[in-house]
Amino acid sequence: MNDDASLLKAQPENTQKKWVWVFLALALLLLLVLSVFLGRYPQVGFLRISQLRENQLAQLLVINVRLPRLLTALLLGMVLAASGTVFQMIFANPLVEPGFLGVSQGAAFGAALAIVFFSASAAAVQGMAAIFAFTGLGFSYLLARRMRVGSWLLRLVLAGIAVSALFSAGLGIVKYLADPLRQLPEITFWMLGGLASLTWDKFWAVLPACLAGLALIFAFRWRLNLLALDETTAFSLGAAPRRERLVMMVAAVLATSAIISVAGMVGWIGLIIPHIARRLVGSDTRRNLPAAILLGGAFGVICDNLARMLMAGEIPLGILTSLLGAGIFIILMARGLGKGVRA
Amino acid sequence: MSASLLSFEHVAFAYPHGRPIFSDLNYQLRRGTLTVVLGPNGIGKTTLLYMALGWLQPSAGRVLLENRLLQDYSRAELGRRVSLVPQIERQPYSYTVLEYVLFGRAPHLALFGAPGAADELAARQALVRAGIPELAGAYVDQLSGGEGQLVLIARALAQEPRVLLLDEPSAHLDLGNKYRLMQTLSDLRQDGTTILMTTHDPDIALAVSDETVLVDGSGAVTVGEPAKLLTAEKLSRLYKLPAGALEIRPSHPGLTLRRF
Repeated sequence: MNDDASLLKAQPENTQKKWVWVFLALALLLLLVLSVFLGRYPQVGFLRISQLRENQLAQLLVINVRLPRLLTALLLGMVLAASGTVFQMIFANPLVEPGFLGVSQGAAFGAALAIVFFSASAAAVQGMAAIFAFTGLGFSYLLARRMRVGSWLLRLVLAGIAVSALFSAGLGIVKYLADPLRQLPEITFWMLGGLASLTWDKFWAVLPACLAGLALIFAFRWRLNLLALDETTAFSLGAAPRRERLVMMVAAVLATSAIISVAGMVGWIGLIIPHIARRLVGSDTRRNLPAAILLGGAFGVICDNLARMLMAGEIPLGILTSLLGAGIFIILMARGLGKGVRA
Repeated sequence: MSASLLSFEHVAFAYPHGRPIFSDLNYQLRRGTLTVVLGPNGIGKTTLLYMALGWLQPSAGRVLLENRLLQDYSRAELGRRVSLVPQIERQPYSYTVLEYVLFGRAPHLALFGAPGAADELAARQALVRAGIPELAGAYVDQLSGGEGQLVLIARALAQEPRVLLLDEPSAHLDLGNKYRLMQTLSDLRQDGTTILMTTHDPDIALAVSDETVLVDGSGAVTVGEPAKLLTAEKLSRLYKLPAGALEIRPSHPGLTLRRF
């Protein structure tokens, strides 16, 4: 009886993980503050407080250029990491990322279409990218419903591959028709991703969709665990797995398509950050989803800082996230990825 | 309170483009019993179990839980009443046993909820009842087959169900683990849990069941006390064995293949 009583008591196994939260939150805050002062004007490196006080151009730069860009980079990392976690749970596979159900290819096709046929205005590119990203998911979903092979998840994966291939063929046609001097480079740059032309207007335009998606995913963070289980098991636990998976997928793609409509194709964040979060705080999404959001935000800000700082010209953001993301991924693999879990 | 907890009334079931599995299934699960659904592989035992879970719906007839149609329960209501221990379960991520057992609290929580201290206590109690309190901090992907099975039972118990369904719980266990599993199930039955489990192994039915439901492919089932229901001739016919292949020792009701 004594044994039972002691075994029923909570063991302090999670206490040493508390510092992770404090550390992550403080580090992100510090990073944000430092990033405001970091840049290439008036000199490469940090802006001094005195300069910010006296130099009017520096004030304008910080308020109208750096701040919206910084906040968008933060949002980008948070959204892609949260959406990546959602997809890795829904597909019970640590190697999927939010773009793979036709979402990324759809966005690229939409953006290219706008660049070539709709005068390439920023609003048109954004709108078309977001619409086609969502269309990619919708197509994949409807196709999966009509297929008659394999399990539901296998059908979704197959449908996603097919839809991605269709959009990438479409993208090829649009590129072929594009003016090679004017439009083709623009398509290429869009696909490399970047926040160079970011304004407050763009930030405000995508903020509601991103926040709505993030809030829904965050509220659902514990229940996400159930969605990685077999469908029958999730059902037996009182969940409605198909409906709940669909809602989470829509939330993730809503936020993702909004953010990639302004940032272009930024890869690897959605794949790698959920891994790192899982290693830091464990497999329970109640803890690793918030960790992924904080880490993703930090990763987005760091990559964008490098993109605007490293060289006089802008380095496309997608190149940096791929470079750093793949680098981290290789290190994790070499240290034994396993099921992508504990340290 | 009626004796019948779950009842199948004139239930028919066929998979799309498949032959009918059941045509007129009538069966009542009695409260507080450990009932074994016995039959050869592929005969429809799991189908019966999944209809009891509400996961599959009969093409005709009705399945009632406490005199109410299964599909009239909300998802969470049903999750608080019927729980499942699946035969195999994919575990994509490396949860601790306690985290995993806490999933069983889901039907007791709001949609945007998360388990709290009371749920953790319920999960730890479920681990004690399943006989594995010491595994709380272990990782689910590092357990042996027998331990894994007990973790799934603990999770199902954390749901605090009226009926515990188990799908071939002994299929992958060695003799020792099989014994311990049967001991655990029989203890749970003593505590008043109603258990419905499938197996293809007549020995399990003879060893633990209060009542055996024989699924023989006729489209209906035969129900009875195991020692009376399971005769060597009947089982030989069911499992397509030649006459004389089986022996039942009258002194101790267990079943063996004859000595070759």
